[in-house]
Amino acid sequence: MKMFNRRSFLKGGLAGGAAIAAVGTSKQAEAAGSFGGYPDSMGVLVDLTKCVGCRTCEAACNKEQGLPAPDKSFDDPSVFEEKREGGLPRRTTEKAYTVVQKYDVPGREHPLFRKVQCNHCNEPACLTSCFVNAYKKTPEGAVMYDPTVCVGCRTCMVACPFYIPAYSYSSAINPVVKKCIMCYDTRLKFGKPPACVEACPQEVMTFGKRKDLLKLAHQRISEKPDAYVDHVYGETEVGGTAWMYLSDVPFDKIGYDTHLGDQPIISYVKEFLAVVPMVLTIWPALFTGFHLLSNRKDALKNEENKS
Amino acid sequence: MGGRKKTLLGMAALMLLTAPLVAPAWAEDGPGTVEIGSLANHYSAVTFDHAMHTGVASSCAECHHHTTGLAPTDPTCARCHEAGAKAGSVACKDCHSDKRFSAEDLAKIGEKPQLYHKGKPGLKGAYHRKCLGCHTTMGGPTGCQDCHTRNDKGDAFFNAGKYAPAPSTSAGHGGGH
Ligand code: SF4
Ligand code: SF4
Ligand code: SF4
Repeated sequence: MKMFNRRSFLKGGLAGGAAIAAVGTSKQAEAAGSFGGYPDSMGVLVDLTKCVGCRTCEAACNKEQGLPAPDKSFDDPSVFEEKREGGLPRRTTEKAYTVVQKYDVPGREHPLFRKVQCNHCNEPACLTSCFVNAYKKTPEGAVMYDPTVCVGCRTCMVACPFYIPAYSYSSAINPVVKKCIMCYDTRLKFGKPPACVEACPQEVMTFGKRKDLLKLAHQRISEKPDAYVDHVYGETEVGGTAWMYLSDVPFDKIGYDTHLGDQPIISYVKEFLAVVPMVLTIWPALFTGFHLLSNRKDALKNEENKS
Repeated sequence: MGGRKKTLLGMAALMLLTAPLVAPAWAEDGPGTVEIGSLANHYSAVTFDHAMHTGVASSCAECHHHTTGLAPTDPTCARCHEAGAKAGSVACKDCHSDKRFSAEDLAKIGEKPQLYHKGKPGLKGAYHRKCLGCHTTMGGPTGCQDCHTRNDKGDAFFNAGKYAPAPSTSAGHGGGH
């Protein structure tokens, strides 16, 4: 599977769509069962009440992942005022796998800061929506992405309930989706916590087995019921996530989607997945479509950069 | 914002002025200044004026959770340590590990997660939470470099100082994706 590049996929798709489809479905089936996550997988508990918005985590991620230099220094608080269209706060990009957002909450003495990155879902929508299996959930808990398999269709970007995967426009020939990998290859697989977790001066984030973190989270709430809302975000949302959150402000007031439900997104797309083999038989036409689409997007992007 | 901050600063200054008058006897037991440098990496060591802070705090326990010979007052610690041995040390580093994220520490915590030392901050977290927490409510300094100056390595890490990106590279206002 690793040896599979885009070109050979395309060839295979043209020559024997059925064979590929079989591989695809068995893999999907593995993820589609009532999986519920690896029992000893790791996670991170983020205590939003302790974050001071210093952005050290962003700087740490930038260095650990070898990302390009930022547009502004990592100690520049003016980034918090940057708004996307519709007044939405800043979000992850292909150059920043994690960003800190600021929320002015009425009645709260200080702004609330919220670190955003991939939540490493137990049953990731990016994974289940990807019909070339570019994504993988490791037993340690990280959701990994393989650019050599990716065809650049960007379905994962649409599927992710947290709007995490970002698309790299730096190369139009070799499309790459970029997102937080929980520092898998440099840290997690050696049992070490992610770089952002370790760098945080406030130790906002606790690293450990997901099941232990859940106990810790509920204990914190019961010990200080006035300091937290009684909910651990990510415990059950979309089937559970490896990164979970504690807050003193109701989650829907600080940009968290509280209407995602407890079912993994896979349940909704299962039906769609059954259609995938058929999709593969019309692959050439489909690819042409994606290609046109990506060219159009790139053209738009170029125009945007010029203006 | 400016007004409130000024008032708080004024209060802090007032407390400092009156502090010597109300400083309890134990204040003399503590060190004058402490050089906090075991974690220094991107910043210089902190020269902590312990004597001044003993004057501001109403008791040692406000920062240390307990004084030597007494059980910890922090409810999280007290859950297990209350009935046990009295605290033999008040040094932050004796409870809060300066290697919180090392393989050894993580393995040790992982062995007995039911003790929930998993939730105990390491030395870096303990310092920052205590200092910043109090400085925020008391109107003390809260900027990173108010307590420790960033060094060259830190400037590089934060892409700041001489490593700052050229202003013109910032495209628009970050919108329009
Ligand atoms: S480093 Fe920690 S305190 Fe600073 S912004 Fe990130 S999570 Fe918040
Ligand atoms: S947060 Fe999004 S990108 Fe990350 S694992 Fe979940 S679905 Fe995938
Ligand atoms: S886990 Fe690693 S890749 Fe993800 S945001 Fe933190 S530092 Fe970046």
